[in-house]
Amino acid sequence: MEWANSILQGVLTGGLYALFAAGLSLIFGVMRLVNIAHGDLIVLAAYLALVVTQTLGVDPLTSLALVAPGMALIGYGLQRFLLNHTLGDDLLPPLLVTFGLSVIVQNGLLEVFTADSRRLQAGGLETAAWPVMPGLSVGALPALQFAVAVAVVGGLQLLFYKTAIGRAFRAVSDDAETAELVGLDNRHVFALAMALSLAIVAIAGVFLAVRANFDPSIGPARLIFGFEAVIIGGLGNLWGTLAGGIILGVAQAVGAKIDPGWQLLAGHIAFLAVLAFRPEGLFPRVRH
Amino acid sequence: MPPLLQIGGLSKRFGAVVVADAISLDVPAGQALGIIGPNGAGKTTLFAMIAGAVAPDAGRVVFDGADITALPPERRCRLGVARSFQIPRPFGGLSVFENLMVAAEFGRAEKSANPARDCVDILDQCGLADLANRRAGALTLLQRKRLELARALASKPKLLLLDEVAGGLTEDECVALVALVKSIHATGVAIVWIEHIVHALLSAVERLVALHAGSIIADGIPRDVIADARVAEIYMGIPADA
Repeated sequence: MEWANSILQGVLTGGLYALFAAGLSLIFGVMRLVNIAHGDLIVLAAYLALVVTQTLGVDPLTSLALVAPGMALIGYGLQRFLLNHTLGDDLLPPLLVTFGLSVIVQNGLLEVFTADSRRLQAGGLETAAWPVMPGLSVGALPALQFAVAVAVVGGLQLLFYKTAIGRAFRAVSDDAETAELVGLDNRHVFALAMALSLAIVAIAGVFLAVRANFDPSIGPARLIFGFEAVIIGGLGNLWGTLAGGIILGVAQAVGAKIDPGWQLLAGHIAFLAVLAFRPEGLFPRVRH
Repeated sequence: MPPLLQIGGLSKRFGAVVVADAISLDVPAGQALGIIGPNGAGKTTLFAMIAGAVAPDAGRVVFDGADITALPPERRCRLGVARSFQIPRPFGGLSVFENLMVAAEFGRAEKSANPARDCVDILDQCGLADLANRRAGALTLLQRKRLELARALASKPKLLLLDEVAGGLTEDECVALVALVKSIHATGVAIVWIEHIVHALLSAVERLVALHAGSIIADGIPRDVIADARVAEIYMGIPADA
């Protein structure tokens, strides 16, 4: 039963990893941009939520009403005025620029908020749990986090395949030059994709901050988890990304169960195993 | 009424190669104009400069009374300039219907009340109705060429630039495609058509321009242009004194 419990907690944690990964996967899919600052932007969103909760006295989930649009706005501006200029045939310039951005965000947060670790209080949601059976219980927060991850992935899927802006995302992803010739303003479409990505980052950031302590330095590790979830699931497949997050979460939980020191290692080993035996990921998007 | 498209002194060189040497050309609304010329004459570059993919070194492009020389391609599309490529470039991961929807939703000056309805009508007109839900990347060459035309129509153009749409097709396919181009022209859309398959071109256009080394060497009714001694020499390889 202890094992079942570990696996269940791993599955639910996987929802958080899928939230880390969804925004990453989205912008890579639309404009082949690998955002090294993704993890630091998650932490930035957590600090924004901290400021909003402290200033307005609202709970962290309510703060999303401000933090998500705020991050979306930052994303739009970032893409429109900085990252669009780095896009081209070469993948290196956006990598370097977002790496620089990562350093700037980390040090900026350090300057403003110091290195003290913080936490968002969600009024008992963190500790609430439903017993399923003796030895097996589901925490309210992990359950909510998982449900939100499923909703985000499902929502993105709907957006991509059922709406005009989703068709625009897929069209510029297929052939950006031709997209311009049928009336799409690529710079605007790319900026909208980044705005959407950072709105999801805001959700991920708030859940991260309610679940555990955070400080300005933890961004890169979230980036790694996000990357691993994307690669395990298969590039360009959003449901695959959710599955990738779950596999990573379960691997970490099982590792931690064997020995607490093995938590991260087990996750990386699962990732490396997928890379070694199925480099295209477990659920790659079927093409041509 | 001023011409729909006015090109004035358009020049472009790539290194030492002159691909457009002060080209001036007017296309009235609703006209079907053919362009012929040997490879490297500058035909495709001329299209790229009209559609906005390539910036000219000098000269200007006026469309529907507005100077569009400095406008990006997506703005030109919304004003009514549509281009189809020699080698079709569908959005391979989208369905045929979705390819049209993108153009109908983003490529028009005024939003359509019902873009889906418009796209279904265009698919019918272009003989693609049965393939609406097929992934565009899985189409045959003829189907891709039809899709290229259909997607261009979905943005409701006033001017359609066709780049060798008949190339690579069998005789029957070619006849069917020419019929489609004619039916599009009959709706009042102006057409500028670059084509090497001259008999296909001549069956659809009312005016012919011959381009050579970035310059217009003949312009008039098709019969006269074809009979022109310089055109015969340069394009068909017949010596002028033969």
